[in-house]
Amino acid sequence: MEALMTVLLLSAAACFIFGLKLMSKPATARKGNLISALGMTMAVLGTGLLIVHDHELAGQELGFGTFLPVILGIALGAVVGIPAAKLVKMTAMPEMVALFNGFGGIASLLVGWAELHGKLQETSPAEWIAEMGHLPSSTIFLAMLIGGVTFTGSLVAFGKLAGYITSKPVLYKGQNFVNGLIVLLMLGGGIWFTMDPGQYWIFLVAAVISLGLGIAVVIPIGGADMPVVISLLNSYSGLAACAAGFAVNNVLLIITGALVGASGIILTNIMCKAMNRSLANVLFSGFGAAEGSTAAGGGKDRGEAKSKSPEDAYYVLEAARSVVFIPGYGMAVAQAQHAVRELAEILEDNGAEVSFAVHPVAGRMPGHMNVLLAEANVSYDKLIGMEDINPIMDTIDVAIVIGANDVVNPAARDEPDCPIYGMPIIEADKARTVFILKRSMASGFAGIENPLFFNDNSYMVFGDAKRTIEAFVAEFKDAAS
Amino acid sequence: MSFEVLAFLFLLSMFLGLELISKVPATLHTPLMSGSNAISGITLIGAMVLAAKTEGNLMAMILAAVAVFFASINVVGGYLVTDRMLEMFKKKES
Repeated sequence: MEALMTVLLLSAAACFIFGLKLMSKPATARKGNLISALGMTMAVLGTGLLIVHDHELAGQELGFGTFLPVILGIALGAVVGIPAAKLVKMTAMPEMVALFNGFGGIASLLVGWAELHGKLQETSPAEWIAEMGHLPSSTIFLAMLIGGVTFTGSLVAFGKLAGYITSKPVLYKGQNFVNGLIVLLMLGGGIWFTMDPGQYWIFLVAAVISLGLGIAVVIPIGGADMPVVISLLNSYSGLAACAAGFAVNNVLLIITGALVGASGIILTNIMCKAMNRSLANVLFSGFGAAEGSTAAGGGKDRGEAKSKSPEDAYYVLEAARSVVFIPGYGMAVAQAQHAVRELAEILEDNGAEVSFAVHPVAGRMPGHMNVLLAEANVSYDKLIGMEDINPIMDTIDVAIVIGANDVVNPAARDEPDCPIYGMPIIEADKARTVFILKRSMASGFAGIENPLFFNDNSYMVFGDAKRTIEAFVAEFKDAAS
Repeated sequence: MSFEVLAFLFLLSMFLGLELISKVPATLHTPLMSGSNAISGITLIGAMVLAAKTEGNLMAMILAAVAVFFASINVVGGYLVTDRMLEMFKKKES
């Protein structure tokens, strides 16, 4: 039985590694996720055997009661998790992932707590240190700290994404000073607790502070920076599991937690690069605090923006041989993805070549637009990345910008005094004609005026993105009948 | 296992993780994040061991059982949501 247990736990690790590998290609991604789920099942079964093994070793009685808390916990977790996952709308996916991530964090905190409580009942702090050194106490503290920050940080991210909390950065005077003080306090508490795990109160106070810290670090971050925050919190939840693994001496936890931690770091890095900002800048600058306020256009006279009605736009679209859609968060808000797909099909039937250019940070989580377009049944080989579309942008007849703003702002390329200068953009302005579907002339998340709107080849089509697209579709249908 | 062995395993796993997904296309960022989020629910097995071990110590058992509950939501919900997303990623033949 011991052999079977080892095989199960080893295979679980192999499944996680192989599953993650397969998940990096669209064609094999679904299989990769299933393999990783299989790995999790084996990990749970293997751990069941481990429990039996541990009890036999200690000569303890093993009965149904031993497994009762485990079975109850898993069953209840499934009862909550299955409907949540099945019922959530695709547009609400970012907040759902954030919420699940938070639950992983609180689980790590609780594992650290349970281990500490159990150990302090079994043995004295001095004996514990003499036997195990300072590794358990330091990693218990870490699991609590990272897990706590992950939990409340994810909850705040969830609240911001779902609209329960303002998505604007919440800033107050001396914020970074207060956060720095908390971090120092935690460091001091952590060292004290590591030296003397008998100081149970330090752990409890620090747990409360870590929950507060999670709120404090995410609340100043604006909605458009959420892709970075979610990646980072995802990384944290892995590292929290990892710390818990050190605390309870579980190898599979350490390996798997590290894998997730590393993958989160990679994604965070990709997101930061796509915004040309450092992680520190995203976390501490309160970027976008000016959202909705007067546009910081430097008072430049850019002339008048021209607008076109859907009827006029139709004649341009009808003649277009190549069309590229550039979606942004506005498409998600307007739920326009299905209408967009319909228009794309009509344009293709009309002989145009259609593609979708997706900026890495468009939307509220990494790859947000891709998921929505996939939901609307757009084939993934039509989705083109920023690097691939820009060189051919001047051959495109019509670029349709749907609820995107900062990611197509040419000021980021041309105006060194612009706050987002240097951020890579999709160069929509290079297309022969640009239609910008927008509700008003308001500036985007960063609060910066967009010179694209004032270009000679740009036309605003005002209104709800979904209605506008449907109006385009109606024009085509009218013309055909 | 000794700290040295665990630390080595940690280090190697970090490097492996960095290598594994360093070239993920943007299309898959959301599912990958959600999928790795489900994997991070691995805390479940740590919680299971504690929930079963700490018989007789009610407080620790309750804490661990609650951890099992939350980690299970993370695992079950995470995998299902990821699968729902990936189900939609199809290449359409035209």
